[in-house]
Amino acid sequence: MANSQCMTNSFKVDLFNAVHAFNATGIPAHTASTADVFKAALYTAASSLGTTTTSYTSAVTEVTGTNYTAGGVTVTFGTAPSNTTTTSFITPSASIVYTNVTLSTSFDAMLLYNNTNAGKNSVGVFTFTAQTITAGTFTLTMPTNDASTGLLRIA
Amino acid sequence: MAIVTTTKGDMDESLLEKREGTVDNDNEITTWVEYWDGEELVHRSAHVTLKKVPSFLSGETASFS
Repeated sequence: MANSQCMTNSFKVDLFNAVHAFNATGIPAHTASTADVFKAALYTAASSLGTTTTSYTSAVTEVTGTNYTAGGVTVTFGTAPSNTTTTSFITPSASIVYTNVTLSTSFDAMLLYNNTNAGKNSVGVFTFTAQTITAGTFTLTMPTNDASTGLLRIA
Repeated sequence: MAIVTTTKGDMDESLLEKREGTVDNDNEITTWVEYWDGEELVHRSAHVTLKKVPSFLSGETASFS
């Protein structure tokens, strides 16, 4: 048996759960045992969301429309983060659904962010073919929750 | 009799023209359905299934050698 240099799998899972704080700067108040609330907001195709999008509040080109509430909808993470030998992953356990909305401006991105965090910090931007919705429902169905397709993966 | 929510309230599907489409690429499978009342779009829904998104981080440790 030999030692292997690595970043441990458990650490990568811990990142999803905010277990570690290496420095006093920017530490969130994660003393509660309850999970944070995450939300999914939709953004117009004219937006510029990407790696530099730090929070929901910094992204100002969210869609507007009938029955769409600013900030989007709550995302359900009913399954705990998991890992394989190389990759940790987590995926929402239910589809993200915007019901009976009218969104006339073309949109092509969803911002996943932490709504519990005071800064509403971003998690990720997910893009798709531009859509409009008219008195209808927009559904985002999640990929398979595994190491190769899970929505959030740390490899 | 299927009922469709529209900009004019609930309508019988048989009174409307139905149009459907699909987008299938590396990122997603998207299906959409539209209902038209003559020249007027009165309903459009879309269903996006994400296939695979890039992983967000590649974790490595430094070597002492």
